[in-house]
Amino acid sequence: MPSLAMVSSCLLGMALALPALAADPPICADGAAPSPTMFAPRSIPAQKILDVSWFVWGICGLIFIVMAALMIWCIVKYRQKPGDDTEAPQVYGSNPIELAWTIIPTVIVFVLFLVSARTIFEIDHTSPPPDSLEITVVGHQWWWEFDYPEQGFVTANELHVPLTRDGKSVPIYLTLESNDVIHSFWVPQLAGKTDVVPNRINHLWLQPTMTGTYVGQCAEYCGTQHANMLITVVVHEEEDFNAWVANQQADAVNDPSVASGRNLFLQTSCINCHRIRGTVANGTFAPDLTHLMSRSVIGSGVVANTPENLSTWVYDPQIIKPGCRMPSMKLSPEEVKDVVSYLLTLK
Amino acid sequence: MTTLPQPGHADGQGAFRAPFLSRMHEWIATADHKKLGVMYVTTGLIFFLIGGLEATMMRWQLAVPGNTILSPEDFNRLFTMHGTTMVFLVGMPILLGVANYFVPLQIGARDLAFPRLNAFGFWLFLFGGLLLYFSYFGAQGLYGMGSAPDVGWFAYAPLTERTYSRGHSTDYWILGLLVSSFGSIATGINLITTILTMRCRGMTLMKMPLLVWLMLIDAILIMIAMPPLAAAQVMLLFDRLMGAHFFDPQGGGSAVLWQNLFWFFGHPEVYILILPAFAYVSEIIPVFCRKVIFGYPLMVAATVSIGFISLGVWVHHMFALGLSPMVNTIFMGSTFLIAIPTGIKMFNWVGTMFGGKIRFDTPMLFSTGFLAMFLIGGLTGVMLATVPFDWQVSDSYFVVGHFHYVLFGGLVFSIFAAIYYWFPKVTGKMLSEKLGKCQFWLLFIGFNLTFGPMHVSGMLGMPRRIYTYHADRGWELWNMLSSIGVLIQIAGVLFFAWNVFRSLRSGKDAGADPWDAWTLEWSTTSPPPEYNFEEEPVVHSRRPLWDLKHPEDPDWKYE
Ligand code: HEC
Ligand SMILES: [Cu+2]
Repeated sequence: MPSLAMVSSCLLGMALALPALAADPPICADGAAPSPTMFAPRSIPAQKILDVSWFVWGICGLIFIVMAALMIWCIVKYRQKPGDDTEAPQVYGSNPIELAWTIIPTVIVFVLFLVSARTIFEIDHTSPPPDSLEITVVGHQWWWEFDYPEQGFVTANELHVPLTRDGKSVPIYLTLESNDVIHSFWVPQLAGKTDVVPNRINHLWLQPTMTGTYVGQCAEYCGTQHANMLITVVVHEEEDFNAWVANQQADAVNDPSVASGRNLFLQTSCINCHRIRGTVANGTFAPDLTHLMSRSVIGSGVVANTPENLSTWVYDPQIIKPGCRMPSMKLSPEEVKDVVSYLLTLK
Repeated sequence: MTTLPQPGHADGQGAFRAPFLSRMHEWIATADHKKLGVMYVTTGLIFFLIGGLEATMMRWQLAVPGNTILSPEDFNRLFTMHGTTMVFLVGMPILLGVANYFVPLQIGARDLAFPRLNAFGFWLFLFGGLLLYFSYFGAQGLYGMGSAPDVGWFAYAPLTERTYSRGHSTDYWILGLLVSSFGSIATGINLITTILTMRCRGMTLMKMPLLVWLMLIDAILIMIAMPPLAAAQVMLLFDRLMGAHFFDPQGGGSAVLWQNLFWFFGHPEVYILILPAFAYVSEIIPVFCRKVIFGYPLMVAATVSIGFISLGVWVHHMFALGLSPMVNTIFMGSTFLIAIPTGIKMFNWVGTMFGGKIRFDTPMLFSTGFLAMFLIGGLTGVMLATVPFDWQVSDSYFVVGHFHYVLFGGLVFSIFAAIYYWFPKVTGKMLSEKLGKCQFWLLFIGFNLTFGPMHVSGMLGMPRRIYTYHADRGWELWNMLSSIGVLIQIAGVLFFAWNVFRSLRSGKDAGADPWDAWTLEWSTTSPPPEYNFEEEPVVHSRRPLWDLKHPEDPDWKYE
């Protein structure tokens, strides 16, 4: 049955070609690939991972080709001829051959081990690299809190980091904590994933090499809205980052033209869950809204941060993110309009 | 109620058909290893259809981005039930069933050592499975708090704690698996005892067929791996029902502890599932290549070392957990190590094919499919063992692709090989070769179309267990391909169902030895009588029937 050989070699070849297919994603002007692919690393650890991965793929690919060729050879060559019903010559084994195919894989595996071990120790930093920017990431069901202790503010869902500090490339050292269940922080273009585990402190090192907006998401199943626990990371030039920090450090603007919405917000239970710095809203259960409008997305990335989406969200978040931990606040359409016009001023 | 085999039934085949109720009673009350084997495999296949249906619904939802066929809750239940079903209610019973049926036959024994324990094990498994599925109806708990479990098949704490998983669905998950894993442990003990004490005269350990060797190691792994799971589940039950805090970080418990306990079971479990696959193809490949297995002693050695090493690799499921680089490195090493004996097995199978006279009947076709798919699954496994690469793709669709190549392309393909190979022995009827070949090609193509692209979507950043995804992430094509593949696989499974149905009704008679094979089960009638062999066989080599058929050139001269 040559068809067996042909089809299987086609399929197997296809399997081999798959990584190659994925290897060259188009790149947006700002360095971000359109998809969170590990093939377009924009950070030192992600680059190191890709390098060692190519090495492993290469070796595995070679083994695959050799084995597949052997199998196809046997399938084609040793088919029973029609009419021949004699037995094949019985070969019980061969010590030299068997020794060879015990030793060769052992050597291959040993080389793989050494190369990967080196990369592990290069990437896995148990203490912050010198001059790094430290940020604490807290996973919540189903959004992210980002805490900048050096700069003294807390924000949510959009991580902003600088490309350089004082003109030099700056390592970002994330401390990962969870408020509830296990999550996992994964932005493939910047680094491998690291789990975010309650009652345990983990760390992750990033060192971006290009500005841009990178996406990723929670990679450990964490309940109903696991799928929409997305991550956005913005890598800025130094000046832009400093400007962003300065804005985040300020208290919320107090625009008198939206006083009614503001009062409504402060009088409803929004304040039990959300914080708006500079007001009595002091909750820590939910994303900090002090500078809500500086973010491009809401609901940790489930939709863009537009006035329409905000209105829907404030009316009933369960429409946008069913199962999420913010209940419908049962506001009337007018109240929603008021509150949203207030939120829209939180630049 | 007596569970002892009733005399006078075995010889009545065909002559007289007992009324339905008494036939039912015979099956329910049986302690015969062959009947239990058939019941295990049949139940396993039924659960396979259910698990497959669950997978189909998930692929339907994921075919296009932002699909709304399923709610997030339903989707989460589906993947939990799919994983749990396929591992515990499909893989386990089928492997235990085949072992039940063929281990005694291959070692020339009358039954397993403890027939009634065997029956007990089956019923525990079945009711465990039913209990799990009853959660769909009975686990309502608080209003809206869910029916079937939705915590994933490895049920990571603290998501399983009462705070995050209200209602009783997780309790059903715990109890269902607990019950059925006791059944597996019982059968494990049974197999070990049988293999060690009930071999026929002349069958030393090194003259056992490879299937028996592999099932021996498998049963030992079951005995070592299942109890930690049971213990962990009881602890979790304490947490949930009695307010203990083993896995509750807010009460000082540890989420990491659950992962250690679970994977200390979970990784050997993977080998518990794949060793039987090795067992089936190790029997089938030599027969259809008309050649003795290449390097039997090395195959045995590889099996034993796989068993050992598999107990020391569990942390490779936890590389992203943030353990120290040293721990990760050590477990990367042990995981690489297991590739060596596994590679040896691949080489020896191909070595058996080399120089043979290969007949591509359906069992061999599926075995060849197994070799190809397991080769890919094994190599992606080596990739995943590389910690840095694993940091990228662990918990992504790459992993989903990998373990389906191992468990579907590996285990399920070999199960179909085994079914086509032994169906004639069990029923006395041949399955249709033509339908079998159609089934193989549909499954083979559909399988690769479904699971090949998953490797790509994983490397493009798609995590597993998400019920929806945005259109802008570059995953549409790969997901669409995966979903189309499912349709082709369904067609393949339908061919199989039709084939079984048809051949039970009007299949060709098989005779005792349709494949011209060499192990003892083929020396008795098809189906074998209740007492298996008229007189206890005596063997002189690993292939007793070869010796009979080739008195001029018997095996024992060379072993
Ligand atoms: C019970 C606590 C709770 C209350 C009360 C609450 N929220 Fe929320 N809110 C949340 C949570 C939790 C999230 C994050 C949901 C997610 O992304 O999964 C959230 C998210 C939001 C967001 C999106 C933030 C972002 O950056 O993604 C807005 C805007 C918001 N809430 C506004 C309001 C307003 C206005 C009110 C009062 C009318 C309110 N919330 C009341 C819990 C609450
Ligand atoms: Cu999460």
